Amino acid sequence: MSETYTLYNSTVMEHFMNPRNMGDLKDADGVGEVGAAACGDIMKISLKIKDGRIEDARFKTFGCGSAIASSSMATELIKGRTIDEAMAFSNQEVVDALGGLPPVKIHCSVLAEEALKAALEDYVKRHPDAAAKSTAGAPVPA
Amino acid sequence: MRHVFLDHQSATPVLPEVFEAMRPYFTEHFGNASSLHQHGLRVRDALKRARQQMAALVGADSEEEIFFTSDGTESANLAIKGAAYANERKGKHLVVSATEHPSVMSSVEFLEKQGWTCTRVGVTPQGMIRLDELRAAITPQTVLVAVHHVNHDIGAIQPMREVGKVCAAANVPLYVDCEASAGWLPIDVKDWGAAMVSFSPHRFYGPKGVGVLYRNRKARIVSVIHGGVQEGGRRAGTENIPAIVGGGLAAEIARARLPQRIAHVAPLQRRLWEGLRTKVPYIQLNGPEPGPDRIATNLNLSTEFIEGEGQLLLCDMNGIAVASGSSCVSKSLKISHVLGAIGLDHALAQGNIIMTLGEGNTEADVDYVVETFARIVAKLRGMSPMWDEFERGVIDSVIAPTGRGKSFSQHAADVSGKPVH
Repeated sequence: MSETYTLYNSTVMEHFMNPRNMGDLKDADGVGEVGAAACGDIMKISLKIKDGRIEDARFKTFGCGSAIASSSMATELIKGRTIDEAMAFSNQEVVDALGGLPPVKIHCSVLAEEALKAALEDYVKRHPDAAAKSTAGAPVPA
Repeated sequence: MRHVFLDHQSATPVLPEVFEAMRPYFTEHFGNASSLHQHGLRVRDALKRARQQMAALVGADSEEEIFFTSDGTESANLAIKGAAYANERKGKHLVVSATEHPSVMSSVEFLEKQGWTCTRVGVTPQGMIRLDELRAAITPQTVLVAVHHVNHDIGAIQPMREVGKVCAAANVPLYVDCEASAGWLPIDVKDWGAAMVSFSPHRFYGPKGVGVLYRNRKARIVSVIHGGVQEGGRRAGTENIPAIVGGGLAAEIARARLPQRIAHVAPLQRRLWEGLRTKVPYIQLNGPEPGPDRIATNLNLSTEFIEGEGQLLLCDMNGIAVASGSSCVSKSLKISHVLGAIGLDHALAQGNIIMTLGEGNTEADVDYVVETFARIVAKLRGMSPMWDEFERGVIDSVIAPTGRGKSFSQHAADVSGKPVH
């Protein structure tokens, strides 16, 4: 076999084979764990937040290749963003950055968005003072 | 990198001698079997020989009981719909086992939309049909019972002689899908009392593009594909002569080599399962243990705390070809209905991997798979929140419960806000 064929595009495969930001954060400021009722996948995102900005992010995922790649890419994209910016994060950013996902796998990127927003909500719950300082105020529901 | 093909349930390489036998029928002997001149008569002769080879594989009396279709799915459609339509006046009730292949299940669902009713007979947790339920399911309106010989997912060998006796006692024809067994287990249509049997040669080193339906002369079926009067009027359409010729030879070789093939794969199956069970914690075999109740080619595994597609992809990137019945692998996002029918826990169905052995596999292949699979599982568990939560006592194992934490299914329902599957 001289040529390697892959189920997903090379960016998705690369993030699946060598995921970025995989793991947990010690003393995370916000943790979100969500599940997809459609397929049974589970995704957990942990955030370290300093001065209203996401300083670090980690993920753990129980799911398929595109779910793992989506969580890897989502954590890459949101590092350095403010809470408000992160609250406006959309799954489409993950899809675009990954160079596209098969239609049946788009829900994997939605799961990454939901895990991120659950982690932000957890942060807001734990740090109401810090959250109030953010310009937008109340969190956007996921 | 070593390449190990462990998906023989999906396809097998065409034997070189089979390929050579097919070659002239693409170029030199290109005639259409319906033609009345030399070109047609020559391939007609080849068709007859292939029918005899197929008849011999299943223990049929005559080659006239063999019909060629395009593949196993078409054979199943012809058997189910053909028998249902032909016997409509007798009754509109069918009986099938709950773990039949989708080609059978979907044909039945199609008929249900047109007014037929169907009883799905349950199986044991090992996947064996419940004979008492089967007996009770048959009514005076039942026109066909469909029970597969071997399950395509979990390799369970059904007690065909007993199933045949139940059908004979009720005087209802029995259709046996032998897709997963032909070429790997003896088939005897007379011993089972089967009215119909289907199989396809691409599972035993023949080409794709041809399916076989054995039909006992007493069983009534009508065509579901309409056109010319090929195949005794039971299946219209030009016969795929090269594939039929190749399939016939593959059947003859399979019949001759059956004992050697079983003797080759059975020890590999045991070695593979023993290796995996030793090297991979929290792994389970679904279906019967290797032995008389399980086909010697198949292992159906559930690896806990990780999902099947990731395992499949990492196996593939390490040269190992496997299949999975998990929801992530399926285009419908549903787990294999077979895993549901044997009552497999959702957590275990998600981590499902199917490995099917063949002639070309060796002990060194098996050892490579065991060692590589153990590494893959460890890598994916390192990424899985479920493994971490199991280690922290938040959720419990289904395979080896510790008594700590809630079930995976409960946890999945909690975080997704909906019960899973």
